[in-house]
Amino acid sequence: MSAPAIELRNLEKSFGLAKIIQGVNLSIEKGERHAIIGPNGAGKSTLFNLITGKYTPTAGQVLMHGEDVSGMKPFQINRKGLSRSFQITNIFHNMTVFENVRCGLLWSMGYKYSFWHMINGQKALTEKADEIIEQINLTSRRNMVAGALAYAEQRALEIGITIAGGADIIMLDEPCAGMSHSETELIVDLIRKVTEGKTLIIVEHDMGVIFDLADKISVLVYGEIIESDTPEAVRASVAVKEAYLGTTLEDA
Amino acid sequence: MSTSSNSPLTAGTTRLVNLNSVLPWVIAAVALILLPQLFGSRSALTIINQMAITIVFALSYNMLLGQGGMLSFGHAVYMGLGGFFSMHVMNMVEGGLWLPLPLLPIFGGLFGMFFAFLIGSFSTRRAGTVFAMISLGVGELVAACSVIIVIFFGGEEGVSGDRTMGPEVFGWDFGSHEQVYYLTIFWLLIAALGMFLYSRTPIGRIANAVRDNEERAEFLGYSQRNVRWMSFIASGFFAGIAGALFAINYEILTEENLNLATSGTILLVTFLGGVGFFVGPIVGAIVFTLLQTVLGLYTELWGLYLGILFLATVMFFPFGLTGLIAMHIAPWKMGKIGHLVVPYAMLFFPAVLAILSGAAFMEILFHIREAGVGDSEMSLYGITFDSHAIWPMATAIVVFVVSVFIINRLSARVKAAWDEATHTGRAGS
Repeated sequence: MSAPAIELRNLEKSFGLAKIIQGVNLSIEKGERHAIIGPNGAGKSTLFNLITGKYTPTAGQVLMHGEDVSGMKPFQINRKGLSRSFQITNIFHNMTVFENVRCGLLWSMGYKYSFWHMINGQKALTEKADEIIEQINLTSRRNMVAGALAYAEQRALEIGITIAGGADIIMLDEPCAGMSHSETELIVDLIRKVTEGKTLIIVEHDMGVIFDLADKISVLVYGEIIESDTPEAVRASVAVKEAYLGTTLEDA
Repeated sequence: MSTSSNSPLTAGTTRLVNLNSVLPWVIAAVALILLPQLFGSRSALTIINQMAITIVFALSYNMLLGQGGMLSFGHAVYMGLGGFFSMHVMNMVEGGLWLPLPLLPIFGGLFGMFFAFLIGSFSTRRAGTVFAMISLGVGELVAACSVIIVIFFGGEEGVSGDRTMGPEVFGWDFGSHEQVYYLTIFWLLIAALGMFLYSRTPIGRIANAVRDNEERAEFLGYSQRNVRWMSFIASGFFAGIAGALFAINYEILTEENLNLATSGTILLVTFLGGVGFFVGPIVGAIVFTLLQTVLGLYTELWGLYLGILFLATVMFFPFGLTGLIAMHIAPWKMGKIGHLVVPYAMLFFPAVLAILSGAAFMEILFHIREAGVGDSEMSLYGITFDSHAIWPMATAIVVFVVSVFIINRLSARVKAAWDEATHTGRAGS
């Protein structure tokens, strides 16, 4: 059996005296769609930032395909095939949609720090970027400045940039935050389409989205994982119900 | 069509000149080649050469500020070091080294690049304030060294040389101003084209990405530090070329070429022209050099007027002079520029009066303070009068106040015309 896509071993993170993540153990298999849920302040974003290299763990390890990546920089982890989106839309606001997606492609297509290629003359690059723009349904917005897009379109672009580099582990931080019901449906379809065959780790507040998308759900409460199982099992779990005061999951 | 950002670094996607096509480059080259036929005088060529050097320097500075988002207070270091090194190479040529003068800028560039590599290795680790403070510190450090390390910097007299000692190139020894002019504009075009093309490469684009959102760029596989470092090195290279051109033109370099005042000037020049545009620094350098040389002939107060212009630009047109022109592209394209003609024409006369009377006030004040005892006769705008008398000063003040009042009254009308001219039928500005 091959190593899991992501494995967390006794992961801890403290900010000063505050222990935000307290010994998390988690294993996410290749090709799994794994959701992390939990009440506000549970440490979901911190956990995300630990896996993606934004934060360095206080203790414990992050393993990616069996390789220890704890303490590596975000760009190093990205080059190993992990890409993420952000809770707050994090795109290049002053660039066009096309340029945004192209930026996401450059490293993976081997341009690296090249100053000997004329970027507009790269046919394969342009084609690939247009292909992704079509996938995220923004072809009609191709030459618009990203900052001028509607919010839902910006979220779609964010996902487009995230998947552009062809990473096999995709991490999405609240991709549906602030969206209307119909927009959420569209974005969930999009996520399903573009993460086909990839490992997906998603943090989301919308339980409908979670139970729709995820193969497995981990529940994070006060920096500890209290449950990690299939959606059905999580829904039935008493501990989870207690953490959520028995309301949110019933609504889902 | 509105710019999505209020930061002058990223004025948006409006372009003043489409530099992707060959035409503007050819026009620029032809114009520069023919220029000596029109303005053949020695002083005119000297001014254009000075402009060319400032353009290359300002463009290299904008690789940091405009394209990379790095606010440097010590960019003169790289031009200065490139220039000093070129001066030494020039002296080595005098001592027998074989090197045609037109190749000297390459060495200046390499030396500027070498130092940008060294200093950038630690200064580009962080962006923002940390970078700005380190650049200030390094600028002060190198300026201080220039007085201490006499063997390289020549102490207070600086280092001088003779450009004509190298092998002749097609019969040119570069003794005449015209020959130096052609050498300078050759390198101006090469450097400007080089910097433009650099901005069109993957690293050039990723430099924009890191400027806009360094965190996002990191999660796309790019080390923000390396991206900044590379921009810094490239910028140092072109600054070094500017330094070598300075060495060739003036045959002397002193501490002044790398001190903080020069670093501050190039920031001012670049900002004045507009950091969000590739041609911005070019516009800034031309305006600055004209003010310095031409206005400098007429008044000692040129620096004051430059300062006022800079302040006005930063406060009212944060996208610089280029941004001011580019603002009018949208109404032009919509065919609505006509709305602006009348209000602008009405504004023109009081604006000119305000500038002239304001300057007159300054000049009279300056004359009273600075002229020798008993010398109270001064001449301004072709009128000779007694600077100590009350009426010239009173006239200047009255005209200034009245014209500012008129401008103030007209501004609402101009604003209305502007809104009309830029109105596209959609909400927002």
